Amino acid sequence: MQKNTLTRFLLVVALFLGQFTFASDTEKESGEHGKDLKTEIKEYISHHLQDAHDFSLFSYTKENGEHTYVGFPLPVILWDNGLKVFSSSKFHHGETLAEVDGNYYKLYHSKIYKTDAEGTIHYDEEHHATNVKPLDFSITKNVVMIIVTGLLMLWLFTSLARSYTKNNGVPTGVGRFFEPIVLYIRDDIARPNIGEKRYKKYMPFLLTIFFFIWFLNMFGLTPLGINVTGNIAITVSLAIMTFLITNFTGTKDYWMHQFNPLGDTMPWYAKIPLYVILIPIEILGLFIKPFSLLIRLYANMQAGHIVLMSLIGLMFIFKSWLGSPLSFGLAFAISLIEVLVALLQAYIFTMLSALYFGFASEEHEHDHEHEAEVAH
Amino acid sequence: MAKLLEEFSLGLFFWQTLLFGLLLFLMWKFAWKPILKAVNDREDGIKDALAAAEDAKKEMQNVTADSEKLLKEARAEREAMLKEAREIKDKIVADAKEQAQVEGDKLVKQAQATIESEKKAAVADIKAQVANLSVDIAEKVIKEELSDKKKQLKLVDDMLGDIKLN
Repeated sequence: MQKNTLTRFLLVVALFLGQFTFASDTEKESGEHGKDLKTEIKEYISHHLQDAHDFSLFSYTKENGEHTYVGFPLPVILWDNGLKVFSSSKFHHGETLAEVDGNYYKLYHSKIYKTDAEGTIHYDEEHHATNVKPLDFSITKNVVMIIVTGLLMLWLFTSLARSYTKNNGVPTGVGRFFEPIVLYIRDDIARPNIGEKRYKKYMPFLLTIFFFIWFLNMFGLTPLGINVTGNIAITVSLAIMTFLITNFTGTKDYWMHQFNPLGDTMPWYAKIPLYVILIPIEILGLFIKPFSLLIRLYANMQAGHIVLMSLIGLMFIFKSWLGSPLSFGLAFAISLIEVLVALLQAYIFTMLSALYFGFASEEHEHDHEHEAEVAH
Repeated sequence: MAKLLEEFSLGLFFWQTLLFGLLLFLMWKFAWKPILKAVNDREDGIKDALAAAEDAKKEMQNVTADSEKLLKEARAEREAMLKEAREIKDKIVADAKEQAQVEGDKLVKQAQATIESEKKAAVADIKAQVANLSVDIAEKVIKEELSDKKKQLKLVDDMLGDIKLN
């Protein structure tokens, strides 16, 4: 049964890819011969780190200078005085303008700008484009990967859930691998950090966020060139959710701690001068916690991709019998470490979220501690 | 920081939030809830089974203790019964002895009485015989003495002396 589902899934994927992959398009390379290899690699890396409006699997340059992309286009959805939906193939990988309802759009450094019919980009003194950017709700490569990861998670874990009912409480197949991880998150992340009584309501979020980050990190290590968790918009969204859940489930004790951290330890007139400093720090702390979450995940994944791609790029720069194998070996070692980092970052994000939830849902913990001390 | 803001894409943020929210809801409903429930049920089952095993062990211990107690009681009872039997035996023996004594005494007394009466009868019989003999002797003496008075007397004396010796 399991095997059949897997084959069917793979078949669907293969069909899906087959439809688009070889709808590849070739274009003339326009004036890129002047660039040297280093700049080209640098641009390639920075292009890879950003989101893309089409799902390109790989690209190569033919001997006659033709640039060939293999992949499939994705829908572009813009809000520019009305909804505009068109295929990203209209951009031809940023080389042509897309004309929709009399408006011209240009893809410039992976962003869509509104231009005139000639596609001129205006710059300010810091060489930033100043053209109007329409609201871009495109289904980009990252959005596709989020959907793929979501479907993968749904498929994996609903089948695990089903295997329990079918098999009298014993998981089968891939569930045997994932069940210990689910239990680990419950027993070693949620329970000790949040507490035996209250951990249950946070479990779905912790589990979802852990597997979501982990799977996307792992997808980032495939040669498909995906960098979802290394995108600031993704980590901001994840951190905001942790922030909202932390503060909406905060108990009276938690808010008391925010605004009256010293409690009844001293008279009110003594507290005033301290609170002038303490309360702003506490409030700042509320925001620093999720901010550190988002920066940590973003920076780690971004840095990992940069290091890995730079090492791979070095192979082409060295082009020698010594340098290239060396950088290959190094890239291999780093990618093994990245596998660990992928798991570690997911763990840290989940762990710290659980810790913040634990702070927020704490109730009269101090009193219990005192009682315990007295009892001893 | 400026680079970060430049990189931030509102569209991607929108899709991420929407899709993640949807994913969270679906996973909650169709995956985590049944998985956590199944795991909990299984753990409760294990806990119950362990508790049941512990109970069974305790029960077993109770049963052993009970049987030991029963055994002890039975042993004590046997001991008591044996003791009682011994006592009864002793009593019976003592009674029998006593009765035998009494009976013996009685028999002895009877025998003595019989002997006494026999003796009396014998004495009386002897007396009667002595009297008869005396009369016979007297008759003979008289018959003899009728001829010789001296001889008659001497005979009487001799005869009497003989009887006394008897």
